Amino acid sequence: MAEDVWILGIHMTKFGKHPDKDTVDLATEAALAALADGGVTMRDIGVLAAGNLMAAGAGIGQQLQKQVGQTGIPVYNVANACATGATALRTAIMAVKAGETDMGLAVGVEKLAGAGLLAGSSRAKDSDTWEPRGRYGAVTPLDGRVGTETMPGVFAQVGMEYGHRYGGTSFELFARISEKNHAHSTLNPLAAYTKKMSLEQIMGDVMIAYPNTRPMCSANCDGAAAAVVVSDSKLKTLSLEQQRRAVKVAASVLTTDPWQEACQILPDVNTLTRNAATQAYEQAGVGPEDLDLVELHDCFATAELVHYDNLALCEQGGAVDFFESGAPWRDGRQPVNVSGGLQSKGHPIAATGIANIWEVCHHLRGEAGDRQIEGARVGLAHVIGLGSACGVHILEKAAA
Amino acid sequence: MADQVPLVDYLVLGDDPHLEARECTACGARFFDRRNACASCSGQDFRTVRVANQGEVRAFTIVSMAAPGIPVPFVAAVVDCDGTSVRGNVVGVDPTPENVQLGMKVELTTFPIGADSAGTEAVGFGYTPLEAN
Repeated sequence: MAEDVWILGIHMTKFGKHPDKDTVDLATEAALAALADGGVTMRDIGVLAAGNLMAAGAGIGQQLQKQVGQTGIPVYNVANACATGATALRTAIMAVKAGETDMGLAVGVEKLAGAGLLAGSSRAKDSDTWEPRGRYGAVTPLDGRVGTETMPGVFAQVGMEYGHRYGGTSFELFARISEKNHAHSTLNPLAAYTKKMSLEQIMGDVMIAYPNTRPMCSANCDGAAAAVVVSDSKLKTLSLEQQRRAVKVAASVLTTDPWQEACQILPDVNTLTRNAATQAYEQAGVGPEDLDLVELHDCFATAELVHYDNLALCEQGGAVDFFESGAPWRDGRQPVNVSGGLQSKGHPIAATGIANIWEVCHHLRGEAGDRQIEGARVGLAHVIGLGSACGVHILEKAAA
Repeated sequence: MADQVPLVDYLVLGDDPHLEARECTACGARFFDRRNACASCSGQDFRTVRVANQGEVRAFTIVSMAAPGIPVPFVAAVVDCDGTSVRGNVVGVDPTPENVQLGMKVELTTFPIGADSAGTEAVGFGYTPLEAN
């Protein structure tokens, strides 16, 4: 059995608009602050995993090294859609678990402020002659002619499909999920939006893809997050203060979607999340009832609903009742997205899968200030990237 | 009459327009794209099968924001055609939440989407509500 891995230091930058900073600046800010938080330097780091999805070929890991320390360690530049940050973290964790090094650094960064639709934002021009092209033998681009390629539209259908299967969903229900997350972010000074929105405002805002209006979609913004991971044996050689603040990675799981009927028609974001959660609970030896807080991938209001179910926070088919009970509000039985989530904290893609870990660690360390979930001991962070990849991490407060 | 071509190669035109799928001969998984092998069982043999023309809307959205040049709003949907899920637009109704329902019965329809410089007409497909609704 490989030894336990701990989060030693972690940081997220302010999410929002950073017109004067490029991705390297933001990655540097996050990386140096995570190292300082852990009380270590680049000289202590044996592996670096880094992600920047929008420039996946640019080698953000080496770009970062050139600013903060070219120590010659292996760098893994990773890209895994919206699961890029979680993949970077898991890469560093795997290296430590494998015994290749006793300390690793994971960084995720994205510049997205002002970006519009991230998929389906442009369509190739029709050609002069109809000529079949590609795997569907299409004579012209299909977005808009055969369904939609936009993310708000894809995830709208994901939520509607849940409604079709189990009932109880409505435009208003989905909007109320968003109302919760926009209320939560008012306590998060690092969130892109920290403004409470009324249900009327949310439902009356610009419709993007029914039932998702603009505030029900993840906020495109700039940001970075970074984490230092350390082996259990190395941690024992560090100071008591470092040991006290370290957060245990009780489970680290990455899954892809197993084939299901329809999964190549509409992405099946459910099965791989369910599989990841099941594996994570087993690894950690905890159940959903043990979680003090959950940060899940609410890229759209319609997505948050299905993940209550996929993460087994409720009975199968019970996501609407779970929400209606008030459970996922910060003062409810099972707080979900107390950071504000992707809808209000923001979603700088490759940063998200480390930023949600930062949020959970913050609470487990008792350092979350005004939005502290009192007595938090165990938390779960979930991301999903279409294609698909799902990362689930379960984190536990240090026993000391 | 001008020549016609289907929008996609899995749309069969003629007197009896319908969709066809590539079905894995080993496990029965169905696909609409050109295949290298089966995503479900890794089998490499496929046969062409007809997909039912009638189905039920299992999921939909009304897209109001899309790339320039795509007319909005439109209804994008997943239609369950007798066990085979199909991606397509719901057409022939006003694209408002009042006019589209989950579980609504629909039927395949085809329509011209324009002619190229040689006068060849491309024909697309969508799903219209069945009268019995």
